[in-house]
Amino acid sequence: MNRALSLIVGAVLTLSSASRSSAQMLINGAGATFPYPIYSKWFDEYARVDPSVRFNYQSIGSGGGQKQILAQTVDFGASDGPMTDANLAKAPGKILHIPTVAGAVVITYNLPGNLKLTLDGPTVADIFLGKITRWDDKRIAALNPQMILPNSDLVVVHRSDGSGTSYIFTDYLCSVSKEWESQVGRNTSVKWPSGLGAKGNEGVAGQVKQLHGTVGYVELAYAHQNDLPYANMKNAAGHPIEASLDSVTEAMATAKIPDDFRFSMVNAPGGKAYPIAGATWLLVYEHQKDPAKGKKLVEFLNWALTTGEGMAPALDYVPLPDDLKRRVIDRIKTITY
Amino acid sequence: MNNALATVKPAPRAIASLVRRPFGDEAFEWLTFLAALAVFVLILLIGYELAQGSLLTLRKFGWRFLTSSDWDPVNEQFGALPFMFGTLVSSVIALVIAVPLSIATAVFLTELAPRWLQQTLSLFIELLAAVPSVILGLWGIFVMVPWLADHVFPKLKQSLGFLPIFQGPIYGVSMLAGGIIIAIMILPIITSVSREILRSVPGLQREAAYALGATRWEVTRIAVLSYAKKGICGAVILGLGRALGETMAVTMVIGNRPEIAKSLFAPGYTLASVVANEFTEATTDTYLSALFEIGLVLLGVTVVVNALAQLLLKAMEGPLATRQH
Repeated sequence: MNRALSLIVGAVLTLSSASRSSAQMLINGAGATFPYPIYSKWFDEYARVDPSVRFNYQSIGSGGGQKQILAQTVDFGASDGPMTDANLAKAPGKILHIPTVAGAVVITYNLPGNLKLTLDGPTVADIFLGKITRWDDKRIAALNPQMILPNSDLVVVHRSDGSGTSYIFTDYLCSVSKEWESQVGRNTSVKWPSGLGAKGNEGVAGQVKQLHGTVGYVELAYAHQNDLPYANMKNAAGHPIEASLDSVTEAMATAKIPDDFRFSMVNAPGGKAYPIAGATWLLVYEHQKDPAKGKKLVEFLNWALTTGEGMAPALDYVPLPDDLKRRVIDRIKTITY
Repeated sequence: MNNALATVKPAPRAIASLVRRPFGDEAFEWLTFLAALAVFVLILLIGYELAQGSLLTLRKFGWRFLTSSDWDPVNEQFGALPFMFGTLVSSVIALVIAVPLSIATAVFLTELAPRWLQQTLSLFIELLAAVPSVILGLWGIFVMVPWLADHVFPKLKQSLGFLPIFQGPIYGVSMLAGGIIIAIMILPIITSVSREILRSVPGLQREAAYALGATRWEVTRIAVLSYAKKGICGAVILGLGRALGETMAVTMVIGNRPEIAKSLFAPGYTLASVVANEFTEATTDTYLSALFEIGLVLLGVTVVVNALAQLLLKAMEGPLATRQH
């Protein structure tokens, strides 16, 4: 639906822009759906900064984004997870990962009363492994000593569609549970050991709202905009942390980030870092074949990482911390065209 | 599709060789023949493309793909069995609910309803066909599923709980909910087609039955329904085809768990749903190939089910035809 809409909008934009001025350059991109709202905001704003170029972005999913940049059918790709070595090896040139924004994943639930639960990694892993099946389980009780937990069954709800949200969440579970890592692993969709599958954030939220005793995971932005309850998570340093722009920024600032920017920021060591978070990336070739397009693309990337980042918080995305931003901008300078 | 295939068969050349016909006739014949052939070629091409896309997993898993229940994108183990099960079971549930309802509606519309009601009702049925799948799915999540979980399923469990298909915990989203939403979606098509077929039953047929002193019910049963039996079966097959491929609305209410469960209250998964769910984010070649093969399996299931339905039709037609002669 979204995809169809964006295709139509894209087609209409392409047509209208083509008829308006044939001199206008069109840069095509495709990929991740999670950052689509901020990307479309960026492209919209950037049209005012540089009217000679127009961006056409189709949010067809990270898999599609990776495939299309490999096939060179788009000028840039976008993905919610870093590309694997195997996929990168298929590329005809060197592909750079440009992190743009990050987001958090929160654990939401349906319990009577307005409870603010605290959970930790191993407990969440065991809930999603199907090993904790009741709300009054002593491990949940131990984390929430002040609360009276209901004596009811716990039903897990997970995403049924492949998504970056699932990738971040399963990446986190792998980092806190050996059993999860060996039995299930991390991916945009996995073989869920238990629970119901619901489509999209709205599907998970809808299912959790309707059925008592459910627990699921959604993007922080979605939980925020829809007033869903979500749990504080104990981080690597052992502190219970509420998901927020600040605690995710802290996670990104303290995560270990290699020079190719293919990083995972779950379970970051910072004392105030929220542990279930991940970034999203733009994928561009280090050597741009079309000099004119390459120049415009680099200009845009620089703009996005400076001015563009400022628009992120209003849309519930977390901008890159300054230190990382500098590193990324330095890397962008190495793009040749 | 089936009708189109049937029209391909009678070769016009036998007659053409006897009588020289005007060029226009010949051209028209070939034109329509090509149109009919296009459908056939299209199906073949779709099958070819799907097979091409799934070469990797066809080689890797072979027949095991059809018999395995494993669906693990991380370790790249893929099997289609739970999805085939889900597709077939949800379609059967849909037919069980939709067929009697549709036929009864069609009979009411053509035989019993006053003219003004006929037109209004027909309009509403066509409107139902126009509701987009996603809208029905959203309605399914937010209205139908909670209602089923609170009112219908508990009663079913209470009264028919001795049957294994009505046991186990009730989540709302379930194979049964999936079947019900498909039933709603195929109702209009079966009803509309059946209505047209009942309408085409000659008035003489009815008058003859009345003349023999038949009651209204007897007229409907003997003169109308048995005359239109074959056509109605065609309508049901059309509905079945749609049920097998129905995607979005089903995905939203079926629970998406690749498991073969006895209970209809348990969540299930269909072939079409898994493709819609996972295709966009599938990054590895094997994974993509497995999803292509799911598409191929769906095409296969559709062809087999349709062929079986045609055979059933033939079997039904046999004794009937001899009686009429």
